[in-house]
Amino acid sequence: MLNLLVRYLRIALESAMGATSARLPRWLVRLLCTVPAGLLAGCHLALFDPKGDIGVQERHLILLSLVLMLMVVVPVIALTLFFFWRYRASNTKATYAPTWAHSTKIEIVVWAIPCVIVAFLAVLIWRSTHVLDPYRPLASDVPPVRVEVVALNWKWLFIYPDYGVASVNQLVIPANTPVDFVLTADSLMNSFFIPRLGSQIYAMAGMQTQLHLIADAPGVYAGMSSAYSGEGFSDMRFNAIATTGIGFRQWIQRARGAPAKLTRDAYRALSQPSTNPPAMVYADVDRNLFQSVVNQYMPKPKAEDMSAMASMAHPTPKQVKE
Amino acid sequence: MIGKLTLGAIPFHEPIIMGTLMVVLLGGIALLGAITYFGKWQYLWTEWFTSVDHKRIGVMYIILALIMLVRGFADAIMMRAQQAVAANGAAGYLPPHHYDQIFTAHGVIMIFFVATPLILGLMNVIVPLQIGARDVAFPFLNQLSFWLSVVGAVLVMLSMFVGDFAATGWVAYPPLSELGYSPTVGVDYYIWSLQVSGLGTLLTGVNLVVTILRMRAPGMDLMKMPVFTWTALITNMLIIAVFPVLTATLALLTADRYLGMHFFTNELGGNAMMYINLIWVWGHPEVYILILPCFGAFSEIIATFSGKPLFGYKSMVYATSSIGVLSFFVWLHHFFTMGSGANVNAFFGIMTSIISIPTGVKLFNWLFTMYRGRIRYHSSTLWTVGFMVTFAVGGMTGVLLAVPGADFVLHNSLFLVAHFHNVIIGGVVFGSLAAITFWFPKVFGFTLNEFWGKVSFWCWQIGFYLAFMPLYVLGFDGMTRRMNHYSNPDWHPWLIVALCGAVVIGAGIVAMGIQFAVSIRDRHAHRDITGDPWNGRSLEWATSSPAPLYNFAHIPQITSLEQHWDDKVSGRAYSQPDQYEDIHMPRNTGAGIILSGFSFALCFSLVWHIWPLAVASLIGAIATFIVRTYDRDVDYVIPASEVARIERDRYVRLWTTVSSPDLRPIHFEKAA
Repeated sequence: MLNLLVRYLRIALESAMGATSARLPRWLVRLLCTVPAGLLAGCHLALFDPKGDIGVQERHLILLSLVLMLMVVVPVIALTLFFFWRYRASNTKATYAPTWAHSTKIEIVVWAIPCVIVAFLAVLIWRSTHVLDPYRPLASDVPPVRVEVVALNWKWLFIYPDYGVASVNQLVIPANTPVDFVLTADSLMNSFFIPRLGSQIYAMAGMQTQLHLIADAPGVYAGMSSAYSGEGFSDMRFNAIATTGIGFRQWIQRARGAPAKLTRDAYRALSQPSTNPPAMVYADVDRNLFQSVVNQYMPKPKAEDMSAMASMAHPTPKQVKE
Repeated sequence: MIGKLTLGAIPFHEPIIMGTLMVVLLGGIALLGAITYFGKWQYLWTEWFTSVDHKRIGVMYIILALIMLVRGFADAIMMRAQQAVAANGAAGYLPPHHYDQIFTAHGVIMIFFVATPLILGLMNVIVPLQIGARDVAFPFLNQLSFWLSVVGAVLVMLSMFVGDFAATGWVAYPPLSELGYSPTVGVDYYIWSLQVSGLGTLLTGVNLVVTILRMRAPGMDLMKMPVFTWTALITNMLIIAVFPVLTATLALLTADRYLGMHFFTNELGGNAMMYINLIWVWGHPEVYILILPCFGAFSEIIATFSGKPLFGYKSMVYATSSIGVLSFFVWLHHFFTMGSGANVNAFFGIMTSIISIPTGVKLFNWLFTMYRGRIRYHSSTLWTVGFMVTFAVGGMTGVLLAVPGADFVLHNSLFLVAHFHNVIIGGVVFGSLAAITFWFPKVFGFTLNEFWGKVSFWCWQIGFYLAFMPLYVLGFDGMTRRMNHYSNPDWHPWLIVALCGAVVIGAGIVAMGIQFAVSIRDRHAHRDITGDPWNGRSLEWATSSPAPLYNFAHIPQITSLEQHWDDKVSGRAYSQPDQYEDIHMPRNTGAGIILSGFSFALCFSLVWHIWPLAVASLIGAIATFIVRTYDRDVDYVIPASEVARIERDRYVRLWTTVSSPDLRPIHFEKAA
């Protein structure tokens, strides 16, 4: 863990310094890398211990940006304190220039430094934002697993459209396999977030968003809603369980044999507000359930028959990204 | 007849609220009793409540802010205490319904009723003095603005005891803030308190822009304007540009809640994303509205106490102006995770990081103002340096959040909470407290106690780091904001440290209270005879302390950027004029307070759907306004003889207590 962080900081530092082709002394690099990394590694923070490729890239991005900015911020803070001490009124030995208030050279430098840093950042932002776009499918030899996520008050429903099963407050995914999420909410807005896998995305009623994540190793990772959604929000947690491929197939098999079925009525009951329901598994899920949740606020046809609605051709809502 | 209002609206079953109510009632009765006992009603009414003097209105703004700071801080410490105990499955002492109202109220109060009145109060006090004006352009409007802000604050306070407050978070995102999910009056209190105080802020914006553009002393062209006035100008332009957006956004939400419309609902074509965009079109410029005047105050303080002119005045002006423009192009960074495309996210990310350029330039300019200066370690200097260090950190974490890829994991986390407290406490609070210390003698005629000022500074500074650095760590550990309870045991120790930090900040607030008390007690020992206690540079230090009602007996002729300093250097300062003129001043009026009284009745009745009262109070407000419009007796003249008497007294005091070399710039002799 520690070594990994040291490595990232060193890469960050060197790639940042690379532009000016300045060579830092070896010991300085080691010091700059080890001290903050040691502090962070000591606490096993979720975002610095990612278990998925997206999370790893985002950690790299955070550290790189921080190092880039620290190169200005640390000298500024140090100079602030140094000038404050050096030019104290009691230090009569220090030069006093009571009318000096302008220097074109210094002005150019103080505008240039932040401009250069921001120019670097701008390139970094443009590239990383495209690479890390939550809507961008992950490149992989393994075909992705599709999961439809519905944020309910106050629990998470995960529908596996390819397997016809669903679960509540428990997300089971195979490790080393891209997972394509499409998300919506039944009524209140939430944000779907598994810190150790990476990016979050809003789940909003009447709209659908997308997210692509991957787990690099089996394990149980905490998931949550990160956008406040009312009374039961704090309990809107779930476990994301990354298993082996075999473990995932076994889970699907078990789920298919589960006694509960997610019919429209069962969904209606489930969508009633509740806090901390036990993790549930449903066999046999209505194939069009997710789309009908997305479209539930569209103007209804005369006959209020949901199954009639489900068979309609669904226009993509305007808000949804192609 | 009384709408939805019933006795059940008072939360008798909540011991914490009832306890607070008792304290407020007893405190209120004691205060009213004391005013009656000492016979001060007449004085308060004629000298303060009906005053149109910009200095008094400014002071009342600041008093309002400090009172509300105590309320907002009480909310803060309750939240910190809740999170420090509600670990590992424990429920804590605040149920979600109460806790959710507290964090909403905390945000609303700190932004609208602490930070905003602090800034408006400071601008009110300082701007006319700095530009050599006798008052603001529209003195009555100024009074009305203030009392409308008070109405907003009173509504928020009242919501605690009658009904409830919004439990939606401080920006009240729909659909949660819609009637279907927030059926109580909480969101209605939120809407009307923000509408009425927002109207006040907008009117102040208009007032101060006109004041700055039209009422500068002759000779003061824009590039001879003190930098605080520059920041005030940009801030008020931002206010004029964005507060109507807030008003419109809240009006649409009101239409949803009151008229059954569907702007932001899930149903019938409503779209919550529209609200989220609109609220941040107001919300992001709002943070620059708050911080810019603080940048101005720091600039004045650092130059004064370094004994040097501000380094790079022009850079400062351009940086301030460009921040003002750029602040309109960044709002989307509040919701990178809402599913915008990569191009859109990247654009707003880059625009946001570009704002750090002018901000960085400002930091460098303060740095080089200290360079080769003679820095006096006054408490306002400490606040300034504390700000420079703290704000550098907060700015950095802000730019990190502007990187969309990083924001995807840091959005809505405690890292974000730590970031905006880092810039708002480190910038706005430190700035306002520095400014209060700095300009206090100009208004009251005596300086504040230094010892307690420094105690307060160190408590705030240390408390801030203790309270918010743990939140950065927790954000990195994936803890989201607004959690009522949590099960991750790793978070617990950090939250206990954060609570300790909040307690230390509390000690800072207490120290500030003691500072005011001690300073008032010792006021005769710390009289500011010269009107220039810090060896100041700009125009406000040229007049006496406290500044007379008319600010300047003669409107000064401006020849340089640092008028007062240059006058001191050339020996022109403190020369007694031979003759005086009549001074034309606005007359006090009770119209603002009466209009605001009707506004309060209107808002309260709208919250509770008491339609007859709403109609009656609206008619009352309009009638008051019309009557006021036809009132021609709105001004009076201070005769030249009276001005002469006041000024003569000042110069007698000046020459009998101070020897003339003291009036020369302290360091100037040595350097020359």
